[in-house]
Parts: sequence; C-alpha cells; structure tokens
Amino acid sequence: MSACVWGGMDIQFFIELFFGGLTRGSIYALIALGYTLVYGIIGLINFAHGEVYMLGAFTALLVAGVLGVYGFPAGGILVVAALAAVVWCAAYGYTLEKVAYKPLRGAPRLSPLISAIGMSIFLQNYVLLAQTSDFVPFPNLLPPMDFLEYIDYVMGPSDFLILLVSTIAMVSLSLFIRFTRMGKAMRATAQNRKMALLLGINADRIISLTFIIGSALAALGGVLIASHMGQVNFGIGFLAGLKAFTAAVLGGIGSIPGAMVGGLVLGLAESFTTGYFSGNYEDMLAFGILILILVFRPDGILGKATVEKV
Amino acid sequence: MQRMLRAAFAALWFMILTLPVLGISLNTVEHSVVWRWDRILGLGAGIFALAMLWDWCFARKAAGRPVLPLPGGFGLGFALEALRSRPGLRRCALAVLAVVMLLMPVAGSFYQTNIMISALLYVMLALGLNIVVGLAGQLVLGYVAFYAIGAYAYGLLNQFLGWGFWACLPVGGLLAVLFGFGLGFPVLRLRGDYLAIVTLGFGEIVRLTLQNWTSVTGGPRGISDIPRPGLFGVSMDIAASTTYIYYLVLVAVVITIVVISRLKNSRVGLALQALREDEIACEAMGVDITRVKLSAFALGSCWAGFAGVIFAAKTTYINPSSFTFMESAMILSMVVLGGMGSIVGVVIAAFILILAPEYLRAFSDYRMLLFGAIMVVMMLFRPQGLISGERRRYHISALHGQGGRP
Repeated sequence: MSACVWGGMDIQFFIELFFGGLTRGSIYALIALGYTLVYGIIGLINFAHGEVYMLGAFTALLVAGVLGVYGFPAGGILVVAALAAVVWCAAYGYTLEKVAYKPLRGAPRLSPLISAIGMSIFLQNYVLLAQTSDFVPFPNLLPPMDFLEYIDYVMGPSDFLILLVSTIAMVSLSLFIRFTRMGKAMRATAQNRKMALLLGINADRIISLTFIIGSALAALGGVLIASHMGQVNFGIGFLAGLKAFTAAVLGGIGSIPGAMVGGLVLGLAESFTTGYFSGNYEDMLAFGILILILVFRPDGILGKATVEKV
Repeated sequence: MQRMLRAAFAALWFMILTLPVLGISLNTVEHSVVWRWDRILGLGAGIFALAMLWDWCFARKAAGRPVLPLPGGFGLGFALEALRSRPGLRRCALAVLAVVMLLMPVAGSFYQTNIMISALLYVMLALGLNIVVGLAGQLVLGYVAFYAIGAYAYGLLNQFLGWGFWACLPVGGLLAVLFGFGLGFPVLRLRGDYLAIVTLGFGEIVRLTLQNWTSVTGGPRGISDIPRPGLFGVSMDIAASTTYIYYLVLVAVVITIVVISRLKNSRVGLALQALREDEIACEAMGVDITRVKLSAFALGSCWAGFAGVIFAAKTTYINPSSFTFMESAMILSMVVLGGMGSIVGVVIAAFILILAPEYLRAFSDYRMLLFGAIMVVMMLFRPQGLISGERRRYHISALHGQGGRP
C-alpha cells in the first residue's frame, strides 16, 4: 500500500472525526445555551437542566410510540413528537423555575444550587419510577435521504438533521435575542436586573421566558440525540448536562456565542481524542477541561473578566 | 376559596405536565399503549393537597413565622430544650443511648447489625462533609471521591503489598487528606458554585480512573476478597467479625463526634465559620483564607478516607459503582436535612435517611426521589435544617455588668 493511499485514508478518517465532532458539539451547544441563558440572568447553575434534556428525549419517544400505535402517517411522527417534546419541556422548565428557584431569589447563593441538585435527582427518579430503568430503544423515524449517498461515510441522515436543526435553532435564537423586544429585555435583565425593573421590564416574566427557551432548546437536543443514538435512558441527562455545562464554561458562561463555540470545541476535542487515542477516557477529557478552565480561565474563551465587588 | 382555585389549577397543570412520562405506558413488543389514568388522577389529587399546603407554608413564611415548626413540633423541641438546660438529664440520656448502641449487636440480628454499620458509616461521612459544607460553607459535590480513595487504598495495599487493616487505616486517611490538599490548592480561588462543579468533576474523574485503569484497580470488576479487620490474630466467623466491625465503627463515630465538637469552637473552627459567613470580611479580619480552606478540605476528606477503609473491610468487595455522584448527593442531603453545622442534626438525619428506607420496605423505591425532594423542600422552607447549628454567643460584660459567656 502506497503512502498516498495512507494519506488519503488519513484525511478521510480526519473528516469523519471532524463531522462526528460537529454533530456532537452542536448537541452540547444546544444544551449549553440553556445553562448560559439562565446563568446570565439569575446567576444560577441550573443543575437540573440536563434532566430537562432527558425528559425531552423521553417525551418524544412516548409521543412517537403513541402516534405509531394509532397509525399516524410515518412522515409526520418525528415532527409532531419533537414539537410535543419542545412544548412539554418548556412547561417543565417553567414549572421548575416557579417551584424550586423563584422562592429562593435573594437567598444565599448556595441555596438555589442545592435546590437545583435536589430537583435533578428528583426528576431522574421520577422518570425511573414512572417509566423504566432500562435503556429504551428509540424508533428510527428519519426519512431516507438519498442526497447524502456520496458522503454517507461522514454523515448519516441523523447527523445531517442534527446539524441542520441546531444551526437553525441557534441562528434564530441569536436573531431573537438581538432584534426582538423580548430579546432586548432579556439582555437588559442580564446586564442589570434592578435597572431593568426600573425601566418597566417585568423581570419575573423574563426569567420565566429564559427558562422556557433554554428548556425548549434542551428538548430539541434530547430528541435529536435520541434519534441519533437510537436509545434513551433515565440517566442520560447527568453526563450530557455536565458536558454541556463544560461547554458553556469553556465558551464563557453567560455569553451566547460562547456557548455555541464552547459546544463545538468540546465536541471536536472529544471526537478527535476518541479517534486518535482511546475512547476510554472520553468522559474524563470533558471533566479535565472543565476543571482546567475553571481554575485557569474561569471567564472562558469569549467571556468577559468579572471582578467580584464587595 | 381562592386558595382552592389556585390549588385546583396547579393540580390540572401538573396533570397535563406529567401526562406523557407518567401517563403513557408503552409496550414496544406488542405495539400497544396503556393510558395510566389512575396514576394521573392520583397525582392530581396529591398535587391539589400539596398545593394547599404549599400556599399555607408560603403564607406563614411571608408572615415571618417558621414554616416547619420543628423542632418545636412532635415534642422534639421540648425534649431538646430540656436536654440543653439540664445537664443531669443530658447525661442520663447519653448513658441510655450509649447502652442501647452497645447492646445493639447482642440484641439485634445479624441483618440489623449490618444495617447499623452502614448507618454509622454514613454518620461518619455526613459529619466529615459537615466540616466542609456546614462549617466552612464550601459546597463539595465530589465528597465520595475521598471515600473511594480510602476504600481503594486498603483494597490495593492489601492486594499488592499484603498490608492489614490497622496499617491501612491511617494510610487511607492520610491519602484522602493528600488528595484533599491536591484538590484544595487549585480550587482556592473559586467561588461557591464553581467550586461545587469542580469538585463534582473531580469526583467523577476519580471514579472514571478507578473504572478504566483496569491493570491496577481491576476496572469495573473491582477488588474482591478484602480481609476483614483482625483482632490480635483471633480468628472469627462472619457474625463475630460483623459485631467486631460494628464496635469499631461505633468507636470511630464517637471519636468523630468528639473531635468535631471540640473543633467547632476552636481557633480553626471559628475561622471556618467566619469563612462561611463572609469570605471577604473574613480575609479582612486577618484570617489566612488559604490555610483555612485547605484545612477544611483536609479535615473533611480525612474522615471520608477512614470511612472508606472501614467500608472496604466491611463489604470485603469494592467496585467503582459504589462511588457514584448519587452517593455524594445522598451524603449532602443528610447534611442539608440535619442542619449545616449542627452535629446532632446531621447524626439524626443520617440515621433517618439510612434506616427509614431499610425498615419501611414499601418506601425504599422512592428513596432517591425523596432525597431530591428533601433537598428542595429544606432549602425552601427550613434552610437551617432540622436542628440548626448553634452559634456561640458573647455578651459584652461591661454592658451587663456580669460574666462573659452565658
């Protein structure tokens, strides 16, 4: 075998890993956006965010199952299931904030965090008890995509869908934040909540909205990853949530483009490590990055340095 | 009336919310759906009652009255007050408790002794975590890592070097302290919530290392055939050695309690509490934050290391799945329930949270669900815990014209 072919194979392998990383990274980015939005506005690490993502995957699975049994046309199932997941998770996010975080505004900083950890454990076990502790297969609902035939070694239908949907979601979120009234109100509240209140912005509503948007994005991520991986479990939210948090911190927590960049960087880093070294230490990589970033550059890649004031 | 309406609305909202996950039961093999309306209706009724209670609690909270009248309720407050004010009664109660604890393995069955051992181990862990979280106010979410280090220290030293339990006990504690320092140094500058996440990451890294470093740690299979602790070469059957371990843990717990209650009002302990109240003010008062934080980490992790060695000796088999984040969360919920900084509270909470699921079997499936709920509810309504940690108060004698401390 000549060196040229080897080189060719290497490049093919590289491209494969690159796109694998992009797919993975866009999911992380979708979830990371929820962390970053919430942190930007109320300064809370929403520990239960990963659980919302898991609930999204489960809701989509169950709704798809019901539609399948009642003979809904196959083409529409995934769309309806994804919509249901987004709506229900938005409701979960809203309720979560109202029940566990809103009464704790103004409490010492650690109180809402402990409450969030409690909520995360609660939601995990809620799904465990209501459904099952096993891995549940997620039906393959994707239509065949013939135009991917030539590049099928880099991208299957689900990868394509993930990239497409997450790009659309991120672009529309950016536009929403940048141009709409609500988006401006969100930015204002993130900058200075008291000042925003004085200017007539209903901060409570903005915080609810933040949770709704973040949860909807997480649900989208959950549906996409479930149809990509083909199985769902009550515990998937924990690791995914932590990795997405890592992505948010990597990009600079509180910064929306930061979450996207962080997600992609983390996804690529994981994909290349798995491809060129070993898959055993894939999860450790994320935690290692998390610790290193928090210790050496807590403001992340795109974040602004913050000074703690007395 | 308005309250009822609100509660009814909440019930309806939660019924819709839980409809997919709770209400649908999917059978993928037979391709059929079962709608679980019974569950949804039950949940609705439950939420209705809870929402009424919730409203009432917040009304009380808004009025500035304590929401959960504990320890005032259940006669507990009265009993505690009596114990506090009358040293004779306190000594009596302690003596009764001591006798009960001492007779426990004689009177109880083998099974009960085993449960008590694990309850006592959790007491030890919760008290250790209480130093870091309760006294120093540093939220550590990877506490179980130090427990794992203690357990694996014994397992590995025994497997490769043949060391016995008594040689490994101090080594396990020391190793945990070293790791505590190792974690403490880099995270010194971090604020509360970042610290929590970093320690969580550290805990997971330790667990993943144990799981993946197959050549040394045995990977997911773990280490088996760890010897039980010896007693001057006396050979014991399982029952006898369980009893022996019980007394060992009991002594360890008593030592822990004594050390921590002495620590609380010592120079270091007061510095820890100052750190918890306000880090910047504490530094401004001339407390060396670096040293105080590191000593909090070292002190806290040391107990976890000891508990880990004893745990390995008790179960004779360890693997990484005993040291997941859920363990850390469980220990944390003991500290939260008991009251951060309160020794009595944490001991009681650890006993409740370990023994209740063991003895109320129907309840044991819902264990983790309840742990989660407890953490949320405590934070909302009683952040100081069941029994809040006592603060030492000073009276200025010049103003009152009499002795300093009451």
